[in-house]
Amino acid sequence: MPIEVNGKTLETDEEGYLVNLSDWEPAVAEIMAKEDDLELNSEHWDIITFLREYYEEYQIAPAVRVLTKAVGKKLGKEKGNSKYLYALFPYGPGKQACRFAGLPKPTGCI
Amino acid sequence: MSEDTKKFMYLNRRAPYGTIYAWESLEVVLIGAAFEQDVSLAFVDDGVYQIVKGQDTGEVDMKNFSPTYSALGDYEVTKLYVEKESLEERGLTLDDLMHLTWEDEDEDWAEKDSIRLVSREELAKVMEGQDVVFSF
Repeated sequence: MPIEVNGKTLETDEEGYLVNLSDWEPAVAEIMAKEDDLELNSEHWDIITFLREYYEEYQIAPAVRVLTKAVGKKLGKEKGNSKYLYALFPYGPGKQACRFAGLPKPTGCI
Repeated sequence: MSEDTKKFMYLNRRAPYGTIYAWESLEVVLIGAAFEQDVSLAFVDDGVYQIVKGQDTGEVDMKNFSPTYSALGDYEVTKLYVEKESLEERGLTLDDLMHLTWEDEDEDWAEKDSIRLVSREELAKVMEGQDVVFSF
């Protein structure tokens, strides 16, 4: 189902991930979050930004396990656990946060 | 690692682009790494080109996925065997390959090399010690 962002219609796949990664802008995350009844705060954005940087560097969306470890290293140990990440992204930090970040579904995520 | 841990080796023998094998292999490795097996990769024949540095796919209309090999360390895939003879036959040396590393959490994230240069004979021995070898 396509989503409307700032007057543009962006194509998404059947699970709601952006088809063209280059379509992404911060408003995409805001609108997707709203549909999931989430209000994005700076902690959400830390993760979204982190995911985009990870993709930029490695060309993949990290698996949850990898994300958790990397977040702990980069943003502090207290954030590097699944409890913290699931509290922010209840549908799963891998799936939901990657969708907000405009990335494909993480490799190995079923 | 538990007793159920199996030794999986992914054997990469083909050039990175032109066919889908190299990328498929890498994807399977990343998926498989989630299952906490003892995973290693081997690069032989044209497979050594998969981890050559400075890849540019601008002209061939395929995604340059070589940066993804650098993520293997994050997935705790830390054993990348490269066959010496395959490199030599192609006029390549270790310096032509990407510097792939992993960080050892137990040693305050010390950076360690993932690539292990081995002879054909040594690699054969490593392969003998595997439970499963997937050839791509």
